[in-house]
Amino acid sequence: MITVTTKNGAEAGGDVRLSGISKTYGSFTAVRPLDLTVPQGSFFALLGASGCGKTTTLRMIAGLEVPSSGTVSLGEQDVTNLPAYRRPVNTVFQSYALFPHLDIFENVAFGLRRRGIKQVKKQVGEMLDLVQLGEQARKRPHQLSGGQQQRVAVARALINTPRVLLLDEPLGALDLKLRRQMQLELKRIQTEVGITFIHVTHDQEEAMTMADTVAVMNAGRVEQLGSPADLYENPRTTFVANFLGTSNLIEAEVDSRSGDEIVLRAGGGKLVLPGARCSAPTTTGGKVLVGVRPEKISLTHADEAGGIPEGRNRITGTIADSSFTGVSTQYVVDSPVCPDFEVYAQNIDRDARLVPGAEVVLHWNPAHTFGLGADQDIDAGVETVDEEAAR
Amino acid sequence: MTAATETPPLAPAPAPEERPPRRRGRLTPYWLLLPGILWLLVFFALPMVYQASTSVQTGSLEEGYRVTWHFATYWDAVADYWPQFLRSIAYAGAATVLCLLLGYPLAYLIAFRAGRWRNLVLVLVIAPFFTSFLIRTLAWKTILADSGPVVSALDSLHVLDVTSWLGITAGDRVLATPLAVVCGLTYNFLPFMILPLYTSLERIDGRLHEAAGDLYARPFTTFRKVTFPLSMPGVVSGTLLTFIPASGDYVNADLLGSTDTRMVGNVIQTQFLRILDYPTAAALSFVLMAGILAVVTLYIRKSGTEDLV
Repeated sequence: MITVTTKNGAEAGGDVRLSGISKTYGSFTAVRPLDLTVPQGSFFALLGASGCGKTTTLRMIAGLEVPSSGTVSLGEQDVTNLPAYRRPVNTVFQSYALFPHLDIFENVAFGLRRRGIKQVKKQVGEMLDLVQLGEQARKRPHQLSGGQQQRVAVARALINTPRVLLLDEPLGALDLKLRRQMQLELKRIQTEVGITFIHVTHDQEEAMTMADTVAVMNAGRVEQLGSPADLYENPRTTFVANFLGTSNLIEAEVDSRSGDEIVLRAGGGKLVLPGARCSAPTTTGGKVLVGVRPEKISLTHADEAGGIPEGRNRITGTIADSSFTGVSTQYVVDSPVCPDFEVYAQNIDRDARLVPGAEVVLHWNPAHTFGLGADQDIDAGVETVDEEAAR
Repeated sequence: MTAATETPPLAPAPAPEERPPRRRGRLTPYWLLLPGILWLLVFFALPMVYQASTSVQTGSLEEGYRVTWHFATYWDAVADYWPQFLRSIAYAGAATVLCLLLGYPLAYLIAFRAGRWRNLVLVLVIAPFFTSFLIRTLAWKTILADSGPVVSALDSLHVLDVTSWLGITAGDRVLATPLAVVCGLTYNFLPFMILPLYTSLERIDGRLHEAAGDLYARPFTTFRKVTFPLSMPGVVSGTLLTFIPASGDYVNADLLGSTDTRMVGNVIQTQFLRILDYPTAAALSFVLMAGILAVVTLYIRKSGTEDLV
């Protein structure tokens, strides 16, 4: 077990507070004025596509970048003008940045030695055991695998028991299986040491798996902040709806409002949306975007449409494509209200008639519907093939 | 080759016509090496053998020289000229240290701070090579001339009193003193120090500096613990590229020095071209070579940079 003390011997404590922090390079704005509070001891993720300002934000917390405006505070202490080497903050770099001329032991001991601690053997040994690298202490970084180097980078930062550990896409260079392992590993370490982790990533699944709180960033600003489940279920912008998982968005017109329910018209049919789940103003005749997640939808062949219970939202369409993924089957349905409606159906009882070309009815519980303002780009945050390939 | 092992047993053996190109393919690297090997043989190995045989010959110009395995020439050469040997090592060592002290900050600036001026500064470092070695050295004769601006300035600042007291200048003269020779050596070999240093520094990942800062290293500590150790390959190759030619140099001692600053290179040159005592000259060359080799080996061992690259 690692005991948490900060390097100044002061009480470990305090949230990370960014107030009005921004960064501009010439005429380019990397981060727009941003307010963010990361509660002490939490696992916080900054999620966004490349170039959204998440890494710049992280570097400003680390002291590697000077903010153009605003302040960074750790607890009560304003650290905005402190250079990196005087901040009780450590970073796990994207490429690990291990010192190639030092062995693993010395890499991990680096921070302790800089703070004038002479007896480092025991602490380094414990830390290497924590990341399961006790055997590799005398090897050089290049003799280790990517996953092991990554763990050295984590150990090298954690041994200093910083107030905040910053992780800059630490798993980006690892293959999928190893990444999964390391996600769980990092989560385990965070729970064990109780230090605040701020994790920057473009991988929404990684952010949702690991973090308690996720801030979705886009074009230099935080679009939405919340728990992974909250963000997933109640996105407030089309960017969040599309970037986190997949959403089917339909343009609809407000028909009437009865109690807590909003009735909408889309195509020829009617859809019901719980008023509490709509982040946009709803005036009769106004437009809203109606969203529903693919796994919330049931698919029924048109011949059996009569058996669908009353009170469910329904949409008709034709199956355009289906792909079997083992656990589920993913359908793309061509419907008048939305050209590429995605439906994920669990493979429990497969209906053999559900093949491309079949007429189907899509239906779902109205409670699973969410509403967004229609004044946004409906495709914001949709990852294109080019962007994926550019990684 | 792998194709043959992967072929099922019943398949026909590879056609014999395919063999010649394959064999030629295997020999290609050696053909490519041939010009280099020939070059080394003709311009390095043969002269070495010839020199070695010359060094153990006896005789005179009139009667001709014959190999008599007269190894005493070596002993005599060292006994007669050891001060010049020591002077060579001392001057070359001093010049190397000066080159390192001058070159490291410059290489550091070019690698990390020059920004868009980087290429221009690099060209400026190499620019002296556009004029001949001799002319550059002669220029120093003018620069350090008695009662020239440099000497008068140093004199009025009483720097020359100090250097005279140290024995590296004589009275109010800089020319024809050890200081002048070392200055010339330093100037002439500085680019050989800067370029390897620059290459080595430039290769260092900037994120390592950030990582060191992130791990509580102040800028100077970052330099001491990260930048300098990682630039060791450049320091080693730079010092070797400076020290080796400087210790064999005779032009600087000849043009900027006096009879009191003769280096072993001057002795060899005189023996070869004026006294025409070929055996002694050859023996001196070999002793110098062995000496440099010993110093270099020791240095590389000590600096332990073998596994840094």
